[in-house]
Amino acid sequence: MTPFELWTSVAVFGPLLAAVLALSGRPRILRIALATGSASALAAALGLWGAVTHEGPGRHLLGGWGQPLGIELWVDGFATAMLLVTAVVGSAISLYSLSYFGDLSELSVRESPAGRGARYFAPLWLLLWSALNGIYLSADLFNLYVMLEILGLAAAAIVTLAVTTQATVAGMRYLIVSLVGSLFFLLGVALLYVEYGVLSLEALAAAEPAGPAAAIALVSMTVGMAMKTALFPFHAWLPPAHAGAPAPGSALLSALVVKGSFFILVRLWFAVYGGGTEGGLFVLGLLGAGAILWGSLLALRQTSLKRLIAYSTVAQLGYLFVMFPLLLGGSGEVNADAWSGGMLLLLSHALAKAAMFLAAGNMSYAVAEDSLPAISGIAHRLPVSFFAFGLGGLSLAGLPPSAGFLGKWLLLRSAIESGAWGWVVVIAGGGLLTLGYVILVLRYALDRKDAPDDYRPVPRRMEGAAILLALVAVVLGVRGVEVVALLQQGAVFPW
Amino acid sequence: MVTPLVTWDALPLLVVLSSFVPGIAIMFLREEQEALRTTLNLVGALAKLVFVSLMLQGVAAGASYEWALEVLPGLSLTLEGDALALLFVTLSAALWLVTTLYAIGYMQGHENRTRFFSFFSLCVTATTGIAMAGDLFTFVLFYEALTWATYPLVVHSGTPEAVRAGRSYLAYTLGAGTLLVVGAVWFQVTVGTVNFSPGGVVDAMAVDAEPLRYGILFFLLFVGMGVKSAFFPLHGWLPTAMVAPAPVSALLHAVAVVKAGAFGIIRLVHSLFGIEVTWQMGATTVIVAVASFTIIYASIRALAQDDLKRILAFSTVSQLSYIALGVALLDPMAQVGGLVHLVHQGLMKITLFFCAGLITETLGVKTVSAMGGVARRMPLTMAAFTIGALGMIGLPPVAGFISKWYLGIGSLGAGVPWVIPVLLASSLLNAAYFLPILRTAYFDDRNAEWSGEEARRGLEGDWRLVWPAVVTAALSLGVGLFAASDLSPLSWAILIVERGVL
Repeated sequence: MTPFELWTSVAVFGPLLAAVLALSGRPRILRIALATGSASALAAALGLWGAVTHEGPGRHLLGGWGQPLGIELWVDGFATAMLLVTAVVGSAISLYSLSYFGDLSELSVRESPAGRGARYFAPLWLLLWSALNGIYLSADLFNLYVMLEILGLAAAAIVTLAVTTQATVAGMRYLIVSLVGSLFFLLGVALLYVEYGVLSLEALAAAEPAGPAAAIALVSMTVGMAMKTALFPFHAWLPPAHAGAPAPGSALLSALVVKGSFFILVRLWFAVYGGGTEGGLFVLGLLGAGAILWGSLLALRQTSLKRLIAYSTVAQLGYLFVMFPLLLGGSGEVNADAWSGGMLLLLSHALAKAAMFLAAGNMSYAVAEDSLPAISGIAHRLPVSFFAFGLGGLSLAGLPPSAGFLGKWLLLRSAIESGAWGWVVVIAGGGLLTLGYVILVLRYALDRKDAPDDYRPVPRRMEGAAILLALVAVVLGVRGVEVVALLQQGAVFPW
Repeated sequence: MVTPLVTWDALPLLVVLSSFVPGIAIMFLREEQEALRTTLNLVGALAKLVFVSLMLQGVAAGASYEWALEVLPGLSLTLEGDALALLFVTLSAALWLVTTLYAIGYMQGHENRTRFFSFFSLCVTATTGIAMAGDLFTFVLFYEALTWATYPLVVHSGTPEAVRAGRSYLAYTLGAGTLLVVGAVWFQVTVGTVNFSPGGVVDAMAVDAEPLRYGILFFLLFVGMGVKSAFFPLHGWLPTAMVAPAPVSALLHAVAVVKAGAFGIIRLVHSLFGIEVTWQMGATTVIVAVASFTIIYASIRALAQDDLKRILAFSTVSQLSYIALGVALLDPMAQVGGLVHLVHQGLMKITLFFCAGLITETLGVKTVSAMGGVARRMPLTMAAFTIGALGMIGLPPVAGFISKWYLGIGSLGAGVPWVIPVLLASSLLNAAYFLPILRTAYFDDRNAEWSGEEARRGLEGDWRLVWPAVVTAALSLGVGLFAASDLSPLSWAILIVERGVL
């Protein structure tokens, strides 16, 4: 068994088996399931990191059956980076969820409405994790579609676990958007299959899709994925869903789930379509710029902490799309800058946004409310969560030392190299907008005059999970070389 | 023949870590763990001073220290201990020690000291990083870090004024920081390197070919540095930020923030563009003009203030421009004057802020008009204040005189004699706002209610507040009196210029 075969199987089936285990609902079993699921995902990601670094991209034909009949798993540097960040963020979220839902071994907790929801968190989350890993490893469109559906269903279900009317409505809305998005995707897949008779990404890329059918397929799949990624102007579903979910749910939705469909978009445009058209990339970039502006402005107007963070996700996802036009703008080196820079921003956002949602969860856990005025003075009561939020905000805004700073440096460099001054303004200006809403929260939190006197103590584990992720984002800010080296493993890109 | 005691290349890293590690450790302490917090602070400050001394000895003996960590392909976190870096590092390490002592005394009884001392240490960490940055990338990294590390200190008290001051501080510095980052990346793209090198890395021919491009580039970086260096019209945040606790003002005005800006101007002119190219671009004229205007303008603004700390803040704006003025002149004497003023201004201004904080703490006096009789009540404090004030005016033998002397001679050598009237006018204006303070304090009778007097009758204040002020006052006098000694900042500034490491 090659390391690729071993670790790709562990990455998908580890969390899946843990999810099945977690269905038992017994508190002890839930803990064991979360631990083994997280451990297997972490081990798989680290194992693949080693394998890809030493041997380059690899593949795994499940059961020995090749395409087109069998299922093929495929891993390169890009996929490994996604698996790694999912594993780190996911483990912290698992840890957090152990305390967040209270002690489920107590009957009163278990039988409360929230407790009934809590019992389903672990199985849904582990199932979602398995699907996410599946997306990163899939080598064909049909597999991607299946994983995408599982991801969407599990994610929508997690939103409703908060058992409030708003959360239920937001979850239903999310489910509908997600299903429609999948249909658009499926339509594209069908068109391509009719035209080329293959579903494997590699075979499709070799066929060099062109012509009207291929173009319609690309547009259709892009619209579907843009809906799921909440690209402006398809973002309206995201803030209520991400803000409505229970705190660990918000963190995993904002930090991880939207990255799944984004990953597919990158694979489609660059691995299959060889970059698509410049016009198309430019449109995606413009939508990204719109997202940065619109998401940030709305974030500045929020009075609810979690909604503010959710709108920030809309804005930060915009950065990932600003990367698109820069990926084919200039020489190979310039494009590679854009790619490394965009990916560093993606990783930084995953870590920082999860840290911020978990920290915000701690703050509203302490004061039992989620409005900005309610957290006034919380910095004096929960210093660790406050630091976690602050450090996360730092990475998000691209202030050093953080992965966000390195990402912005590279993205700016590629924009300047290719003389794209409009993008320079967007990238640099977006950072200031980000600081605007991060500081808004810090100012409330630092306000001394109404620091809460009585508040619910926050379990250490929850504070630890938040600060851990924030620190990883900071440390990544001086280890960007590792990320760049990993991303170079793989021939997905034309350069 | 002197040999370096230590040749370990990681020495610059140790200098940075000696405040970073305590800063992080303190973050996780509980509020009541005061003894441990104080120990961490002082051990860190002393360790930094030891490391810096070792490095000073090594560099004086001809060694150099460089430590690098690759962060992105082709971009490294580079820390370099050379003569220029040491000028700034020594200043901040020495003043950090006294400021820490002062802060421990001053913050007694204040809330959230854990957070305060944690960010206090992080500020100094960023400052030493700026001082020893071996390239523009590292410089920007620490420079931006300094911005956010200072914010919690400015808003420490959490009052509406403090929060407003914090907002103004961030609006200025983060706006400028964005321009700086864009400028730095653009510099890398245009020039192909971000390394600092004596004499600059920009090619004069390239500037001739694309004057506009290089002009905008210079402008971006200049504004990026200019906000922290408080040039008119970018100085607005500094007087507002005086609501911060006194040790923070010392940090802002003498040890860290404004010095980072001024040092950035030195790096921009000498290590990136090179003084010749800067001159050829006409940028030196702009800097000299902006600096001269700032010197006069801020002094005039200071005249109109009654709040003691506000006067000192405008005085900082004015004095800081001496540094930029000196290093932008094409004459070695002027450059020595500018460099040495980095140290001299720091010593004098920190003395003044220590004294102002002390007077407010002990007597509750904040304005000049209420200072009647203060000298009789607090003789040591006022003696220290007097030394600082006379130095600012430029009277011999205090440090400020040495700076002005070199600047004056240098401006003649550089062929810009009109700088001399600016220096003279500045001295007169300084006299016009400092002497009334001294007159009121020494010769007027007590004319205001002294709060807190009963509690500490007879004492000038906590010894941890008084002695730092006395020590820095003595240093301000000493570096002037013994300017000719081998160990003086002046000799070090001359060494920098003579060795050609500027």
